[in-house]
Amino acid sequence: MEKFITLQSRAIPLDIENIDTDQIIPARFLKATDRKGFGDNVFRDWRYNKNGDINEEFPLNDTTYMGSILVAGDNFGCGSSREHAAWAIADYGFKVVVSSFFADIFKGNALNNGILPIQVSPEFLKVLFNNITSDPETIISVNLETQIISIQGTDFSEQFDIDPYKKTCLINGYDDIDYLLSKKEEILAFETKNENI
Amino acid sequence: MKKTLFDKVWDAHVVDAIENGPQILYIDKHLIHEVTSPQAFNELKDRDIPVFRPNQIVATADHNTPTTNQHLPIQDTLSRHQLEQLSKNCTENGITLFELGHKYNGIVHVMSPELGITQPGMTIVCGDSHTSTHGAFGTIAFGIGTSQVAQVFASQCLLLTKPKSLRVSVNGKLKNGVLPKDVILYVISKLGTNAGTGYFCEYAGDVFENMSMEGRMTVCNMSIEMGARGGMIAPDQTTFDYVEGREFAPKGEDFKQKVAYWKTLPTDNGAKFDKEYFFDAEDIEPMVTYGTNPGMGIKVTENIPTLDDASFEKSLKYMDFKKGESLINKPINFVFIGSCTNSRIEDFRVAAQYIKGKQKAPNVTAWLVPGSKLVETQIIEEGLKDIFTAAGFELRQPGCSACLAMNDDKIPQNEYCVSTSNRNFEGRQGQGARTILASPLVAAATAVEGKIIDITKQLN
Repeated sequence: MEKFITLQSRAIPLDIENIDTDQIIPARFLKATDRKGFGDNVFRDWRYNKNGDINEEFPLNDTTYMGSILVAGDNFGCGSSREHAAWAIADYGFKVVVSSFFADIFKGNALNNGILPIQVSPEFLKVLFNNITSDPETIISVNLETQIISIQGTDFSEQFDIDPYKKTCLINGYDDIDYLLSKKEEILAFETKNENI
Repeated sequence: MKKTLFDKVWDAHVVDAIENGPQILYIDKHLIHEVTSPQAFNELKDRDIPVFRPNQIVATADHNTPTTNQHLPIQDTLSRHQLEQLSKNCTENGITLFELGHKYNGIVHVMSPELGITQPGMTIVCGDSHTSTHGAFGTIAFGIGTSQVAQVFASQCLLLTKPKSLRVSVNGKLKNGVLPKDVILYVISKLGTNAGTGYFCEYAGDVFENMSMEGRMTVCNMSIEMGARGGMIAPDQTTFDYVEGREFAPKGEDFKQKVAYWKTLPTDNGAKFDKEYFFDAEDIEPMVTYGTNPGMGIKVTENIPTLDDASFEKSLKYMDFKKGESLINKPINFVFIGSCTNSRIEDFRVAAQYIKGKQKAPNVTAWLVPGSKLVETQIIEEGLKDIFTAAGFELRQPGCSACLAMNDDKIPQNEYCVSTSNRNFEGRQGQGARTILASPLVAAATAVEGKIIDITKQLN
């Protein structure tokens, strides 16, 4: 897994609440058997109109916005457990997703793919949306070590939470399989001790 | 210390813990299907890691399978390849697979309970968010991502932070025609889609105690729709009777010993929950959803709320509904009875009972999709298929079908579908399709009338 320590980037605003994983990657694109290429179809049915034309108004298609940070409305990533949603977001080029609330499974999937989900207060989220839409060249700084997200050139910043173990994993590029395999003896001992298997 | 049902099952499965970090949780059963497993198998292969406990994994093909002509080769190349990949991976790794056409094939969350693979007190995971279904047995069951599927393949364990506890109690007597689906849609409509995020939910109270296992599965299935990773109901005699005698359930003395253990699992009197909600059964009526998330539900007799909120308005625009309007008399051209929420025998009995002696409305295309081969067989043996056929309904073959529309069972653009599935997200049942979630009874009545009706008038 790629390491993540700091990031300075412009951001794309997606001011919609309850964005579910069916919107992030619709089920008809889940037939692939590898992890690559899902970025082409991220938010597919919002990026394209019903007649197949590009929806110019959708923020990902709006050339005023760019960057590797996605700022989204409350309860991002709810619904299906499909990790394809995290793969699609990573494949499109996002490294950070900011929201005021994340669904559990998406959050875990993101972390397992080197994407940092940052939960901020609803107030700070509003400030982010306002800054990005009024000046699309706004640079957002993310520092995982200090756990601070800030808007460059302003006094706006906020501390965010992250599980200390997951933080170590991201900073070092480790994943859970490495850790679990190192615990094989404990796992075998657990199996021997428990008959309810 | 007083413990909850969740605490007892969780604590019994903790292998080890990282200081200030997650715990290592042992997984008893790992269910897999064709869509979320191939990348995990690839990862293990790439890293040269063997599957640690293949005998604790059970596979089925369900998400991407056709629901007609299952004996013929699959037309869609990508779908066929995905299913072939599952078969190949299972063969190479010595994993039991109930592939398409197998007598035990079916939707993963229907197949596992009906075969007795799901048992109380277990930890069960699957790369599917509706794994919460198995919580109906007093099981810790939850959906995982594909990276976690790979972790369980490699170690039969997961690294997890113990979730907080939430209890939803519903007491009283349900009104006639109010089904388990209505109970859970009602609860979600009151609590919203993220009330349960970060929590594991226990459903308690006499409404759940008096429910069949099928009904309990419907309720637990939709726990994820309020954000909870899982939902559980304490195992009791109903649970033990359901499990006993099933293909993979413990037998004889072994079963008796298990029951003795399972009886110790219910939440201790006085155990504390981080959050509690209480509802009265009498307040619940047949429900329908009007928006694009499962929390946007109303009693069929109620009008759509009037809110000034951009996301709410976006939802109504997608559904082509107006604030304050009633859904009664809305013409409906599509009805789907199926999915891991409502495709068990009881659901088809409810539908058949209503449909018997009536005719499907000519404008309606109705798909009845059993959850498994065993359910399909039972539908035929109980004579329900004859009732459906006589009324103009089509009984299809088992699979996830129009719940997520990965196969050809797609609802056309702009069409409404009254559906017994679990998600009314934009495009969930096909691009531009508009889903109205409801119980099998409301779905059956809609199919007969060709429009949404006030079912409560027929019940009283």
